[in-house]
Amino acid sequence: MTAPRPGLDLSLLPDGGVRWLDASGPNSDVVISTRIRLARNVSGYAFTGRAREGERLRMLAQVRDALSGVPSLSGSLLLRLDDLPVVDRQLLHERHLVSKELAGLDPQHPVRGGAAVFLGESVGLLVNEEDHLRLQALRSGFAVQQAFDGVSQLDRELGAQVPYAFHREFGFLTACPTNAGTGLRASVLIHLPGLVLTKEIGKVLAGLQQMGLTYRGLYGEGSEVVGNFFQLSNQTTLGRSEEELQDLLVRVVRHVIEREEEARRVLVRDAGYIIEDKLWRAYGTLRYARSLSFDEAMNYLSGVRLAVGLKLIAGLSVYTLNKLLIFAQSAHLAHLEGKGLTDSETNLARARYVRQVLMSEGGGVE
Amino acid sequence: MLCDNCKERDAVVHLTRIVDNAVSQLHLCEKCAAAKGVETTLSVPQHPLGDILQAVQQQATTTSEDAAACAFCGATARDFRATGRLGCPHCYDAMERSLRELLRRLHGSSRHVGQRYETPDTHVVEKPDTLHDLRDRLRRAVESEQFEVAAELRDRIKALETEPV
Repeated sequence: MTAPRPGLDLSLLPDGGVRWLDASGPNSDVVISTRIRLARNVSGYAFTGRAREGERLRMLAQVRDALSGVPSLSGSLLLRLDDLPVVDRQLLHERHLVSKELAGLDPQHPVRGGAAVFLGESVGLLVNEEDHLRLQALRSGFAVQQAFDGVSQLDRELGAQVPYAFHREFGFLTACPTNAGTGLRASVLIHLPGLVLTKEIGKVLAGLQQMGLTYRGLYGEGSEVVGNFFQLSNQTTLGRSEEELQDLLVRVVRHVIEREEEARRVLVRDAGYIIEDKLWRAYGTLRYARSLSFDEAMNYLSGVRLAVGLKLIAGLSVYTLNKLLIFAQSAHLAHLEGKGLTDSETNLARARYVRQVLMSEGGGVE
Repeated sequence: MLCDNCKERDAVVHLTRIVDNAVSQLHLCEKCAAAKGVETTLSVPQHPLGDILQAVQQQATTTSEDAAACAFCGATARDFRATGRLGCPHCYDAMERSLRELLRRLHGSSRHVGQRYETPDTHVVEKPDTLHDLRDRLRRAVESEQFEVAAELRDRIKALETEPV
């Protein structure tokens, strides 16, 4: 096991764990990222929630010992969440590298002994989450196939070393029956301000639920929709193959992107100067505000992102906007400032950070 | 338009209230609307399992599977209803019938049609139950008052302890 570390050294993370932010993927102005995760459990142990600490630690050791036969995770970094202070755990969560549950951020459910993550070049492995193993791949933009290829390779390699719990009829067995079967959750983080502003979003969301997809906020299950960012994912995991589940997501998300583009055209056509004024005001606030709450920053960033998409604001890259989305969160700001911050200090630090980034990375005034 | 309540966020919910024949308009943002208990289409959906578990609970209060504990982890159908989580992979066999029904309701099917899986080289990887594992299971069985399971585990531990190495 690793020795407890005094604080998280971000330079140890492959690519800082944020290559998916670089906006290099397809449709990355609308789709920020694609994630695929597979839920797996190791046979011979109780599921994490019922396992005793000793079992969780032995399971972790078994997985760690098996990694020499898993090239997808060669050179990966093992982080023991149960060794890390809360601010570091929150930082990993803000980077979408670990789930809220694994990070133990809910005061009702503190971090479990044996909670760990292996962070590889392009895939990650969460250990002792609700399921023993959560394999995940994150990619920039709308890239379902690429994300699946990465995680599927890891799955084959790991499954050959560690015996998974598998049932002839029910497929891969999971702690919660909502994940059983393929254990696959494919999701995209998508920005839909056009549909929200034209009030079409309710219809679109209802439609995708009928198609077997579901939506959540920025951080997955139970999180709020903020800044017009939605996570769309498959609702069911059993009775359809991995390929069918991916095809479904791809088809529906393509349609949602078309609807969003159409809504943006309508906005520009019917409310041109009102929209333009609103978006420039959002930019102005971010550029000059002295204190910004998280929700405020997300909402204005949503406006600026839309303005960049509509080519109203030039010289500001989608990568910069993605970076602001992640780095303007509280644990990242605390890390940047090198100390714990109160809420009001966080808001001041956030406004300062956003001003600096916008000043140095563009957003030209016409 | 800004929210009438917080005056910070954009109003997305527009309410028309009629109180004593007087009509008033209220414009709220998503957050304030939720805080005031106004339902909107944007609110994050509840986890679907909750409703279904409740339905299953109402439907079958006492079945034979209900009281029976999983021989591996000691979890019962009652534990599952309370937490929404199964205890271990063997629970799928112990509660097979009711789970098949639940899976059908959740996913529209209980039959996995995706990737198949073969356990690797069983004689190497599948280790025999160690004393460690058995003692953990015994403690869990005692804690959840599964005394029959506990007695069986105690016998197996005794047998292992006295086994010549």
